[in-house]
Amino acid sequence: MAILVYAEHDNGELSPATLNAVTAANLMGGDADVLVAGSGCGAVAEAAARVRGVAKVLVADDPALGAQLAENVAPLIAGMASGYSHIVAAATTTGKNVMPRAAALLDIQQVSDIVEVVSPDTFVRPIYAGNAMATVQSTDAVKIVTVRTTAFEAAETEGGSATVEAAPGAADAGLSTFEGAALSGNERPELITARVVISGGRGMQSGENFAMLEEVADILGAAVGASRAAVDSGYVPNDYQVGQTGKVVAPELYIAVGISGAIQHLAGMKDSKVIACINKDEEAPIFHIADFGLVADLFQAVPELKAELRNQGVQAR
Amino acid sequence: MKVLVPVKRVIDYNVKVRVKADRTGVDLANVKMSMNPFDEIAVEEAVRMKEAGAADEAVAVSLGPQQSQETLRTALAMGADRAIHVVHDGELEPLAVAKMLAGVVGEEAPDLVILGKQAIDDDANQTGQMLSGLLGWSQGTFVSKVDASDGAVRVVREVDGGLETVALRMPAVLTVDLRLNEPRYASLPNIMKARKKEIARKTPADLGVDTTPRLNTLRVEEPPKRQGGLKVGSVAELVDKLHNDAGVI
Repeated sequence: MAILVYAEHDNGELSPATLNAVTAANLMGGDADVLVAGSGCGAVAEAAARVRGVAKVLVADDPALGAQLAENVAPLIAGMASGYSHIVAAATTTGKNVMPRAAALLDIQQVSDIVEVVSPDTFVRPIYAGNAMATVQSTDAVKIVTVRTTAFEAAETEGGSATVEAAPGAADAGLSTFEGAALSGNERPELITARVVISGGRGMQSGENFAMLEEVADILGAAVGASRAAVDSGYVPNDYQVGQTGKVVAPELYIAVGISGAIQHLAGMKDSKVIACINKDEEAPIFHIADFGLVADLFQAVPELKAELRNQGVQAR
Repeated sequence: MKVLVPVKRVIDYNVKVRVKADRTGVDLANVKMSMNPFDEIAVEEAVRMKEAGAADEAVAVSLGPQQSQETLRTALAMGADRAIHVVHDGELEPLAVAKMLAGVVGEEAPDLVILGKQAIDDDANQTGQMLSGLLGWSQGTFVSKVDASDGAVRVVREVDGGLETVALRMPAVLTVDLRLNEPRYASLPNIMKARKKEIARKTPADLGVDTTPRLNTLRVEEPPKRQGGLKVGSVAELVDKLHNDAGVI
């Protein structure tokens, strides 16, 4: 049976998170049909149709779906469930918002944030902030699954030639109204997909001091992240937060600056390939998991790091 | 306006979690348990609504073993007016929890249900959305700002790209994020007063909910251990290691 993948997008572009969800869906064993629900989202549907591993794109294009409000999207997904063995979405704030509501409408117990497909009905997912890994088997007729994007390769954006069809109509439930967004978009790579991430914690002492990290990030082509402490202190916006309840990242290189390493933060970055840290407290837990730890005052070490990278001619890859 | 606040008893967020040797789960024997931190934020928000005159009653509800009463006492000490304990031993999945909460909502008829966006034990992040779906209510997830008045509630949501503002028709379910507020510590007099507040007892059967799990947990294991701990002596050495040994820059 086929698998339905709920696409994440902003009505203009397909989000990379969807590509990871498509790969996970293919591992579950069926052709992936992608549902693009939005308003004026034709370009997204075309992009989804070119993704390798996608068999069919179903487009629900309706003003009521423009902001992808869960109250309007969940009934659409629930109505399409019969005929699918699985319904899959990325475990982003969009997927987390919509999928459990659809699952409840279908009387299905969702499996959240999986990191491995063991078999079509069995998945591995982290619990307790990643301090334990549970292997769970779903007994529901349709499996509803959200996928940790960093655990699955992105499907290729070219090479597919899926058909594009209209999905069943949608309706405005009249329960909620999208009023606006304040997105902090910048020119740097996305935190979740960046090859290098440099994050600051409470030790940064102010938002202004994050400029030091940004300068290093510019040299390395890195994204800038933060610990909860730095976000709570107002140094940087909420979307910088890496951790159990923020974003989970797994870059090639993660540089933690002035971050002590609470388990809640480690949960969001310990799957990085290489971890480096700079902290003046040599007892900080971050040193236990860092491949390369430097005990130093970050206000000296970070400018030095910038100068050394320049001297060595290091460039973004 | 009446606010219902579901709270969950979980392993304390400071406790180092250990997987049981027989790989059936996590060792909870003799481990400090506390209210799920996100639920504390939910209780705080409900109590602040009362203090601001926006709400006239805050009711806490918890589903779990006998000891969940301690969690409810904490909510009462923080300022909830009364509590409901649905007594259940053993595992409960979010769908079953949402169904029982829907039953409680049916009896209590609140205008708002406010709960944590996720519990720090199973990290499922489902219950609020499921409850809202079962009730056919509006939902505001991951909220960092709430403004409730005149049959509507406006929320600011923390999303991956930044912040979103959504207006919800009441009744509504809100799931709260970290930055909504900073929960208070209950004062000793309030802890004493909370002992006298009412906790009503119910069972899943009273609410007509089948709690049989839909997921079989086949095993629970330790995550792969990282081999860290190497210290470097200078920034130059750090850059050298990252470039030549690790090859990541």
